[in-house]
Amino acid sequence: MMKKIGYGFMYILAAVWLVPLVWTVWTAFRPKRLALSSSFSFDFTLTHFTHVWNSAPFNTYYLNTLIIVAGVFAIQFLTVSLAAFAFARVEFWGKSVVFVLFLAQIMIPADILIFPNYNVLRDLSLLDTKLGIMIPYFASAFGVFLLRQMFKTIPFELDEAARMEGCSLWQVLWRIYIPLSGPAFVSFGLVSVSYHWNNFLWPLIITNSVENRPLTVGLAIFAQSFETGAQWSEVTAATMIVILPLLLGFMLFQRQFMNSFIHSGIK
Amino acid sequence: MVGTAARRRAWRRNAFAWLLLLPSLLFLVLFTLYPVAGSLKLSLYQADLGTPQPSYIGLDNYSRMAEDDVFWKVIKNNAWFALGTVPTSILLSLLMALFANKVMRAKGLVRTAFFYPTVVPMIAIGNIWLFIYTPEYGMISRFLEPFGLTGPNWLGTPDLVMWAMIVMILWKEAGYFMVFYLAGLQNISEELYESAKVDGVGAWRVFWRITFPLLMPTTLFVSIIALTNSFKLVDHLWIMTKGGPENASNLLLFYIYETAFSFWDQGMASALTTVMIIFLLLLAALQFFGLDRKIHYR
Repeated sequence: MMKKIGYGFMYILAAVWLVPLVWTVWTAFRPKRLALSSSFSFDFTLTHFTHVWNSAPFNTYYLNTLIIVAGVFAIQFLTVSLAAFAFARVEFWGKSVVFVLFLAQIMIPADILIFPNYNVLRDLSLLDTKLGIMIPYFASAFGVFLLRQMFKTIPFELDEAARMEGCSLWQVLWRIYIPLSGPAFVSFGLVSVSYHWNNFLWPLIITNSVENRPLTVGLAIFAQSFETGAQWSEVTAATMIVILPLLLGFMLFQRQFMNSFIHSGIK
Repeated sequence: MVGTAARRRAWRRNAFAWLLLLPSLLFLVLFTLYPVAGSLKLSLYQADLGTPQPSYIGLDNYSRMAEDDVFWKVIKNNAWFALGTVPTSILLSLLMALFANKVMRAKGLVRTAFFYPTVVPMIAIGNIWLFIYTPEYGMISRFLEPFGLTGPNWLGTPDLVMWAMIVMILWKEAGYFMVFYLAGLQNISEELYESAKVDGVGAWRVFWRITFPLLMPTTLFVSIIALTNSFKLVDHLWIMTKGGPENASNLLLFYIYETAFSFWDQGMASALTTVMIIFLLLLAALQFFGLDRKIHYR
């Protein structure tokens, strides 16, 4: 009996958790004249979406976010693979010192260094550029630790066999380690992409032109341009435009997303 | 005796490793180490709109900070925010995991429902919840309307705004923490539960004697992430309250943002950043030297 009540409660909780999303979708697709009425009907419109898309440069924002997300991951893929290989398979002088340096990035994430990093970016003349949004994240200690774990599970015999065949360490990395670490790269990729798709404060600070703003900043500025309470239909439609790709990706690949975010804990 | 050939091999191995690390190290130094050092240094200088050339003032920024009511307000808010979100989100996520692990019907849907806020950006969550909390047009108000009730102005009342934020963050984070507990539950051997069943141990005792203690590492791990997040999550403030009313919802990181980019008081912004760094290092020390050891050598 207690168990049944408990289960019932948890199903209700799950339903409550969905309410904000359902409400957002509902408002975004509902004709404006009905938006504030409490009557129930299945009227449906796409006008809010076309209106939003035409009244703010969302196509530029979209392109910027795609470039940023892809650019960050491409560079991270390189830096992370190289560093993880050094930590996993090479004995070298100063290993523990460098390890602590990587840990420092996890302890003091770039998110809180917004002001000093703004100064670094200004000194590099990278303010208001897409490269400036990306560059603090090119090294990822989280990715290095995740890949290091993965590389360590690859049998050493494979490694040795390849070297008997005359492969250099460099070739061993590219022909054996990276191809065999697909799942770890997927996990890292999903976390990295989600993080940079959603990042807001840093791009807000360093951009001041439409050409470089990502979706999150565009959405915030769009939402702030309205009087309070007046334009819920447009704001919810704009919000949908921003969150839909990740949300759809998550719904389709639920298991991969959840497994990936388990690793993100060490971030 | 180490031969020259062996020494040369060792030298080449070291050079190879450092070359592999070089790209990462470049960015780590530039965007983690150097900024931390830079904050420490600039926090000892007066650097604002009135002083184009920074001038050394020792610890003046820090003593000014100690007398700044807003600073103490923000620290207090951060403490309340942590206290309101950390234990509750842990409890909630544990409940979610226990349920999502056992439930038969609509398992995928249940997990999706709890987890999806994780992939929604804070800025979008700010928009959605602003819509929920707004008086008159907002969802809560419209829900209360048929009952003849008018809800308070959640975000406009200093005593309520922090509670409103805490509820929103619980909604955002609980599902994320749930996946850690789900992973933790998978690691508990089924045999333990079976032998408890054979011995006729009740469900409540099984939870407190088996499940809860064995999930302890997960709980400590999740607490650290939740605590760190209570310092990091501020995007929603920009869209919902700007830290108001009367700084009632302001948090340390948002105050750094305001000090640096609205007031352009760079010396103070650096001093505040230094305080933030100290908090995070303390948290890390707690994790690495305190809690971790306890879990592993239990």
